[in-house]
Amino acid sequence: MEPVISVAHLEKRYREVVAVADVSFEVARGEVFGILGPNGAGKTTIVECLQGLRDIDGGEVRVLGLDPGRDADRLRRRIGSQLQESALPERIKVWEALDLFSSLTAGGRDWVEVMLEWGLADKRTSHFGALSGGQQQRLFVALALVNDPEVVFLDEMTTGLDPAARRVAWDLIRRIRDRGTTVVLVTHFMDEAETLCDRVAIVDEQRVIDLDTPERLIVRHGAGVRVTFTTSLDDVGWLREVRGVRAVERRGSEVTVVGSGPVVTLVAASLVERGEVPEDLRVEQPTLEDVFLALTGGEE
Amino acid sequence: MRTLVKLTWTEVKLFLRDPLTVLFSLALPLIILFILSGVFGNDVQTSDAGEIVYRGVGPATFYIPAYLALVAASVCVISLPTNLAGDRDRGVLKRFRASGVPVWVVAGAAVLVSVALAALNALLLSLLAVVSLDFNAPRDPFLVVGTFVLAAFSFAAFGLLLGAVLPTARSAQAVGILLWFVLLMLGGAGPPIEVLGSGMQFVAKMTPMWHAVRVIQQGWLGLGAGISWFVVVGVLVASAVGALALFRWE
Repeated sequence: MEPVISVAHLEKRYREVVAVADVSFEVARGEVFGILGPNGAGKTTIVECLQGLRDIDGGEVRVLGLDPGRDADRLRRRIGSQLQESALPERIKVWEALDLFSSLTAGGRDWVEVMLEWGLADKRTSHFGALSGGQQQRLFVALALVNDPEVVFLDEMTTGLDPAARRVAWDLIRRIRDRGTTVVLVTHFMDEAETLCDRVAIVDEQRVIDLDTPERLIVRHGAGVRVTFTTSLDDVGWLREVRGVRAVERRGSEVTVVGSGPVVTLVAASLVERGEVPEDLRVEQPTLEDVFLALTGGEE
Repeated sequence: MRTLVKLTWTEVKLFLRDPLTVLFSLALPLIILFILSGVFGNDVQTSDAGEIVYRGVGPATFYIPAYLALVAASVCVISLPTNLAGDRDRGVLKRFRASGVPVWVVAGAAVLVSVALAALNALLLSLLAVVSLDFNAPRDPFLVVGTFVLAAFSFAAFGLLLGAVLPTARSAQAVGILLWFVLLMLGGAGPPIEVLGSGMQFVAKMTPMWHAVRVIQQGWLGLGAGISWFVVVGVLVASAVGALALFRWE
């Protein structure tokens, strides 16, 4: 299937400063595609090139088969953009903004529906300037969706939201995906990328340093599964012989086994074999955060 | 087109929600009208050297078209560029652009709102001048309306150019106010041009204000404006072209 977005050797400089260097990736229709990276890595510049907000200095970019540099007007009717840094006039009301932006695209969605979906109904007549950071974010996402786009770009959309509001936003992103809309999600929250994204590009120092599903990234770069339990056994050296185990640490009666693959099941089975049935066995799976820290040298 | 109408209407509402700006833009020209008409009176005058000043009409009547042009200038040369640069500075224009609002809609809404507000102020000022202060009514009211609207579009295009070029609301306001005072003093709302030195006369005739005032005077006083018509239209076209070419979203 033809990719919705294809980026080949994208380069962007601001005068002498390189913002994006040789970035390539493709996004399939219906995918939630994450762009994850530390601040200043070039994430926002990449999506602004895709949205036709920046001229590119090298490479080739296609979104929905269009060149964002040349066909920006046609493209913007078919994409939605929640920008990281933007604003509305202080005194514009929520409904006025939705009404205004929905007038841009014939055949878009009913803005009332979008307003209800994003929990803005009770703020309908509030001025933009009187909204909280989270409410402003939700309004921007609603504005990005009001033209019923085929691709939506969400740039740090949960920044400034409290934890409960973030969970709500995650559900809404899943709903956007369920409508068949392709989502490009720029974030620096690991849990967000891990929970929501089908695939993640990890960007650091202006380049994509790896790209895959969160699960495969974790397997590839993760520090391994940690299994911890307490035991009355004096000697646990035999655990090193269990398949998949990389290391065994002991602190008093507490033992931690680090390994990969089906290590949890095998360790548990061999404990049971020796008549040990620890009640407090805990498993810590590696997360995307471990991968990210390992790949980017831990600078967030 | 639908978006232009919506954005223009939204801008009108935004303006009305800013009471200080409303008060300032409505009150300032009226204050100037009252003070200056009180100072000069409306009797036909000659200079000490015996030359005819005020183009042979009473000073107050002479100045009405100038005040009308001044109203247009205050809305179009101060408020318009300040708002436009402020919207760019804050990321409002970037927001518009990302959603596909065309340049001509942003520019068009700014110009239409400014011209409409200027026209409203001008109407108020004219009624007050003719009804309560008993100045000479315009010779040709329709021509006054037409010339005023032309002058307002010309100033609005010029304001658009300022807003396109100046980076921040603060700088746009500073430049706008400075220009407005120059236009006020030299362009026809200040001392009559006959009493200025030849150098100053030259500068005065270089300002778009002087020509805008002459064009409006053609309707109000029935005196010819000659080349000023071309200057006003020229400023309109050149500014509009320049503004659209130099327009920056962020």
